[in-house]
Amino acid sequence: MNGAETTARVGLGDRDRLLGWLMLAPSLLYIAALVGLPFFLAIALSMTSATVGDPSIHGFVGLGNFVQVLHESAFPLALRNSVIVTLGTLILTLVLATAESELLVRDFRGKRLLQILLILPWAMPVSLAAIDWLWLLDSEFSPVDWLLRHIHLLGPGSPLGPANHLYYYGKEWLGLGAIVAINVWRLLPFATIIVLAGRTSIARDIFEQAQVDGAGFFRTLFSITLPALLPILMVASMFTALLVFGDMAVTALTTRGGPGYATQVLPYWAYLKGIDGGALSEGAAVALFMFPVLLAGAILALRMAYRAESQGDRP
Amino acid sequence: MATLELRGIKKHYGSIHAVNGVDVVVAEGEFLAILGPSGCGKTTLMRMIAGLEMPSEGEILIGGEPVTHLPPRARNISMVFQSYALYPNMTVTKNIAFPLKTRGMPQAERDAKVAWAVGIMGIGHLLHRRPARLSGGEKQKVALARALVRNPALFIFDEPLSSLDAQVRTMARGELRQLHDRTGVTTVYVTHDQLEALGMGDRIAIMQHGRVHQLGTPQELYDDPADTFVAAFLGAPPMNMLERDGRIVGFRAEYLLPSASPAVAHDDALSLHMHISQLEFLGAEWLVYGEIENGAAPQKLLAKVPPAVAATLHVGERRQFTVARSRLRYFDPTTGLRVRDERG
Repeated sequence: MNGAETTARVGLGDRDRLLGWLMLAPSLLYIAALVGLPFFLAIALSMTSATVGDPSIHGFVGLGNFVQVLHESAFPLALRNSVIVTLGTLILTLVLATAESELLVRDFRGKRLLQILLILPWAMPVSLAAIDWLWLLDSEFSPVDWLLRHIHLLGPGSPLGPANHLYYYGKEWLGLGAIVAINVWRLLPFATIIVLAGRTSIARDIFEQAQVDGAGFFRTLFSITLPALLPILMVASMFTALLVFGDMAVTALTTRGGPGYATQVLPYWAYLKGIDGGALSEGAAVALFMFPVLLAGAILALRMAYRAESQGDRP
Repeated sequence: MATLELRGIKKHYGSIHAVNGVDVVVAEGEFLAILGPSGCGKTTLMRMIAGLEMPSEGEILIGGEPVTHLPPRARNISMVFQSYALYPNMTVTKNIAFPLKTRGMPQAERDAKVAWAVGIMGIGHLLHRRPARLSGGEKQKVALARALVRNPALFIFDEPLSSLDAQVRTMARGELRQLHDRTGVTTVYVTHDQLEALGMGDRIAIMQHGRVHQLGTPQELYDDPADTFVAAFLGAPPMNMLERDGRIVGFRAEYLLPSASPAVAHDDALSLHMHISQLEFLGAEWLVYGEIENGAAPQKLLAKVPPAVAATLHVGERRQFTVARSRLRYFDPTTGLRVRDERG
């Protein structure tokens, strides 16, 4: 027998380039069909006079839809609210995620239980979560109001006013606050997991060295932990901001953008306009207003994350 | 500068006794090496001195003051970790200034201190670099400068040379000892490398299973090991050990030499007929692997001989080797402890 008999056969597994493309193909197809196509369709729609009744792309109106949308009184409010909700959620989520990760890297009794509790909102179905929050901040049966009344912060002759209820979803700032709170609640577990992964990857030596060098908790946090966490915080910010800025579910299930347009946000307004209101082209135009913001945010966050990561290598 | 006193230190994790009763007094300005195999408890002991772990029992005193329950930052100790633990996001200057900053020292004073430490370590050209851009040797110098900068009561070193290349290590050993002699700071140096312990320590504490087996100068430990563990652990190669007349007889390989005249057996020397099984070149000397008949089983022995002597030896031959009686050390076969030789 000659040597060739004993050599293993060269198969598909050895052809790295082909194998790479084959494995990438499903996700490429998926992105093209479900992200790329709708995106270009939206651009096309936004420049026509298409409606739900007549969704054909032929009545070309150029940037007319954008101008039209810009002049509506709801637009500045929706834009403002989208920014407020996104920034508010982002800041609160990052602060709380950092705090939670600081807590969870330490060892204490009941840590496993706390971990499960902290991760729970993530595992909760949206419908259940919505019922939860609707009831929690209900206009009449809100347990939060009940608690506030019991500690004499709410009700006749108390700091929060004579009324017995706060009507969270019926007021501009309470409504926005509620939307921020719900967003923080549902995004915190994911952000915490990301930040905790970054936190545990910092060598323990560094923290012990800081202890020996005389640093207390806050100095360690601001001089050592946060700078080291910066790249991962950027990643967490990007995810959180993109998820909140593009989300309409929380608003739709709570305030519905009201009263008036006081708590309206861009994605829900786009939905109401395009699908509920039937003005498909105007809805697409509103949705596209968000695109440059989202794109710029994504590019910025990626660049900052990259820069922070390579910082250690620069002279 | 201060003394360090460990009184009855114990540390257990559940049923595991990592440190099991250690009493050591380190004099002011002394360089104490703690030596032992991995898992002997030396690292746990060091972490308790630093305040990173609390002892289960016992007391720690630095400069006569009890510090057992104080956190690390209240102990005025400097520590150099095996990894050097430089802060990755800070430049060299900021790394060195950090321990001063935590004490709220004013900027001007801080700068002067940093400049002083930088001068001693000779790292003026590295000041604006970040740790990722430093070599192993440079990192070590920065870590030492950071340890030095605040005049600590105590230096603690955790195997600081183990991540350096072998070539740099010998030089670093010398530099480290010089640094200690220059500053006179009491030093605890933890290592598993006996060359470091023997070469640098004023005294060595040899640990195993959470206990100090022997505490003494490198010469004492080498020449007069307190038990068979120390005898077998210290020295390369370890001490030869034979069972004779109900005792263990130990002697170092360099004292086992071929007799000049085979016929003569001295009364003041132990004579052994050894079968030479292998000769190994070590550079300055040769290592002779031999076997002797000792009761039922043959016993392996090692001898270290100069090249001139090695030239007269041949693999496979049987030669008479002798050890001067004054070089023999006796141990109890059950306890392993040293026993004095009644005859001499």
